[in-house]
Amino acid sequence: MPWAAGGLEGEAERLVFERSSPGRRASSFPDGGGLPALDLEAALPAGFRRTGPVRLPEVSERDLVRHYTRLAHRNYAVDLGFYPLGSCTMKYNPKVAESAAALPGFARLHPAQPAEQVQGALELLARLEHALCELTGLAAATFQPAAGAHGELTGLLIIRAHHEARNDPRRRVVIPDAAHGTNPASVRLAGFETTTVASSSEGLVDLDALEKVLDTDVAAFMITNPNTLGLFERNIARVAELVHGVGGQLYYDGANFNAILGKARPGDMGFDVVHLNLHKTFATPHGGGGPGAGPLVVAEHLADFLPAPVVVRDGDGYRWDSDRPRSIGRVHGWNGNFGILVRAFAYLLANGGEGLRGVAERAVLNANYLLERLSEAYQLGYPTRPVMHEFVLSARRQKGQGARGLDIAKGLIDRGFHPPTVYFPLIVEEALMVEPTETESLETLDSFADAMLEIAAQAERDPHPLHQAPVTAPVGRLDEARAARTLVARWHPPSDPDQAASDPADEGPPEKPTS
Amino acid sequence: MSYQPHTSEDVDRMLAALGLDDVDQLFQPIPPDLRAPDDLDLPRPHAEQEVAAELGRLAARNRHMDELTCFLGAGVYDHYVPAAVWYLAGRGEFATSYTPYQPEMSQGVLQALFEYQTLISELTGLEISNASLYDGASAVAEAATMAVAATRRSELLVSAAVAPRVRELLETYSQGLDIKLVEVGALDGHTDLEEVRGKASDQTAAVLLAQPNFFGVVEDVAAAAGLAHGVGARMLVTFDPLTAGVLEPPGRLGADIVVGEGQGLGNHPNFGGPAFGFLACRSEDVRRLPGRLVGETVDTVGRRAFVLTLQAREQHIRREKATSNICTNQTLNAIAAAVYLTWLGPRGLEELGQLCLRGAGYAADRLAAVPGVRLAFADQPFVKEFVVRLPADPAEVSRRLAGHGLLAGLPLAGLAPGLEDGLLVAVTERRTKEDVDRLADALGTVLADLGAGDRPREAEEVAR
Repeated sequence: MPWAAGGLEGEAERLVFERSSPGRRASSFPDGGGLPALDLEAALPAGFRRTGPVRLPEVSERDLVRHYTRLAHRNYAVDLGFYPLGSCTMKYNPKVAESAAALPGFARLHPAQPAEQVQGALELLARLEHALCELTGLAAATFQPAAGAHGELTGLLIIRAHHEARNDPRRRVVIPDAAHGTNPASVRLAGFETTTVASSSEGLVDLDALEKVLDTDVAAFMITNPNTLGLFERNIARVAELVHGVGGQLYYDGANFNAILGKARPGDMGFDVVHLNLHKTFATPHGGGGPGAGPLVVAEHLADFLPAPVVVRDGDGYRWDSDRPRSIGRVHGWNGNFGILVRAFAYLLANGGEGLRGVAERAVLNANYLLERLSEAYQLGYPTRPVMHEFVLSARRQKGQGARGLDIAKGLIDRGFHPPTVYFPLIVEEALMVEPTETESLETLDSFADAMLEIAAQAERDPHPLHQAPVTAPVGRLDEARAARTLVARWHPPSDPDQAASDPADEGPPEKPTS
Repeated sequence: MSYQPHTSEDVDRMLAALGLDDVDQLFQPIPPDLRAPDDLDLPRPHAEQEVAAELGRLAARNRHMDELTCFLGAGVYDHYVPAAVWYLAGRGEFATSYTPYQPEMSQGVLQALFEYQTLISELTGLEISNASLYDGASAVAEAATMAVAATRRSELLVSAAVAPRVRELLETYSQGLDIKLVEVGALDGHTDLEEVRGKASDQTAAVLLAQPNFFGVVEDVAAAAGLAHGVGARMLVTFDPLTAGVLEPPGRLGADIVVGEGQGLGNHPNFGGPAFGFLACRSEDVRRLPGRLVGETVDTVGRRAFVLTLQAREQHIRREKATSNICTNQTLNAIAAAVYLTWLGPRGLEELGQLCLRGAGYAADRLAAVPGVRLAFADQPFVKEFVVRLPADPAEVSRRLAGHGLLAGLPLAGLAPGLEDGLLVAVTERRTKEDVDRLADALGTVLADLGAGDRPREAEEVAR
């Protein structure tokens, strides 16, 4: 495999349950010396006590470590190579941020401790909030949302509360046809209906089409800027005027904020609400799909609606303010993904204001350079140039030759790269959405471009080898239809292939014949 | 400190390829009047050692749980995190990967999540588990949404013995959804099942309990489930998985959807996050399951492999019809939980549960023996957490106990009506007999200093 440790190719790693052997264990606990002996019958009524064993795996610590290390070897990551997933901003994750988050003063902190015991944590939150307000041009933030979509829901509930407070309840939220899928889903969860507005031939918001769908029933317009095609919405001030003209709020989906860090601010463009994805823009590790953090930053007129409690200054220190009568309430059990906020704060300090501007500049330079190298072989989804931090290619030409976007993606795996985002946005046929980020070198961009060109040449010559790809990964193409048709979402012991939960009377490792 | 590899020669070469002489030309689509001011109030760039020093300074201004002996719980607990957990889960191949959209390159994360789903299924006693949610509180809201969709009813009976934070979050989520919350009172520390019987109707989508509940009391899930099913409603339980070694899993007692906070499963408290929420349900509800789900399949040559499946349920396909908007979840924390549960094994889970029971039982006896202190719910079963009533302001008592190096528990004033004098105390497997003795002795000293503790002891304080 071009990207994985050698020697494991094709060799599957059994499930940990299949490594299990009755009587083995990795754990140890003190004997509770001095504590009274347990009288289980006296402590818990019969109907409440566990009746059968819990079928967890039984392995030694050595087996445990070997198993998960081998699983790690079957996984690609930013630490291994280029990961140009459009709209995901898979940049390098600095290690100083990891060490900081692991400090006991952060990791071993209980969220219910009184404010006087957690002044350092509250100071970090207050300083991060100030920086995010500066970068977005807005007034106040909440850190409770654990992800971008969680921030979207929070923002839309705030917009809902804002309209209701003015006795002007509204039903609709407008989104562009290129929007991230989370937008309409969040709209629905916040109790609104979605109206979709088409993009112009340039790939920007069509002002006339927007004007047609705007009325006093519109609660908000949600948009990314730069948008999903990697293009800056240069008419954004006019868009804000139109939306505010009917009393609507303008919502900024921060998925693409990396492109304009320190260069332009949503607040200056007329946005009222912004969510940021710290796991994108602030380089915190994505963890295979989480944890992330989706803080929400709002304009002054919406600050009272933020989830409570919020951090406020208190003399020389900080405290929690829970007395927020207009707050929409909690969206997280505690303070959001604080450990991710620590990493984001470390990233902010490392770069500083000027460094963050450099981030945007290099991200945009990398995207345009890569597009230039690919523009002969691949068509661009929309012809507008320059792009910002990402671009969308269309594999229309290759599809005509017999190689679809998916075949190109799988061909990249055999050449040692993670593919770009495929088949998104929906408005581009055979879309390949490429976001190189600022942390990739010229050499990496060139070798990726070479691989893409080689695949294009292969498609033209003979697409069949691409249909076989990948052949160097731990597994080949998967039968995804089968996974959905015959759902197997957990392991079953060989003796009960169809039984999902064990029979309460079943003692120990099951040995009874299947009925 | 910047993380960009570009040399000035690289930049020149790239600009030349683009026929430009300045990077700023690429920003020409941004109108000049929308450019950010140059004087934003942001930190200066810091060298790596300066970053480390500043974060170290902030961390040092927090009194953490390794400095103070922790008896504070209320949803986040001081359970031991084995060395192997983050040694493995923290590996770059897991930590710096993304959602496994390309399964051929992501078999490691996908298989770990498949194992996680199996482990959660075992712990809860239900067939299907998703691949994690944000946290325990938001998992409750997702479960409520599922129940509403499954029953086509909108009323949720919520026990007052569910943690206040969780009930607040439900209130928030219900603003946009068609969910009506109806509170059911607590009686002597547990849910008033007679009130459930009185309020359950053909409007009820679900009944929600916590197991153990906010006061640490073990609830009669089976009885509540009987009442819920009697009116055609779903039974929802938010469950502490660390008690699964001693308590019967809710799924075996009639619960239809079981959720919970996974922090105690190998995740550090992290000031409240990141940890993860879990959600498990019966097979018939799988198409309403929020978040990601990993399924088993085969590749082109028949090798077993894992893949994200049933994605039609998800926001990126269904869009306007979605019943959840989860995209990013808490995968890495779920992987940590899988490592932890594998480390634990069945006997470890039992030993841990038993140690909590013994420690908490001993602590309850020792604290109740302090003059003026009594147990709030002396006759109720508990596993690792319980409420004591103090003869002085619990917040002040806790503050003074911190001076003795103790994180004493959660003062309940403002969180539970009628328990203004209550302190919620948690005892995990990490607390020794000596820790408990120190807490009891210090509590006695603090109460004496406050001139409290001379109240006659109540008859209900018989040792358990």
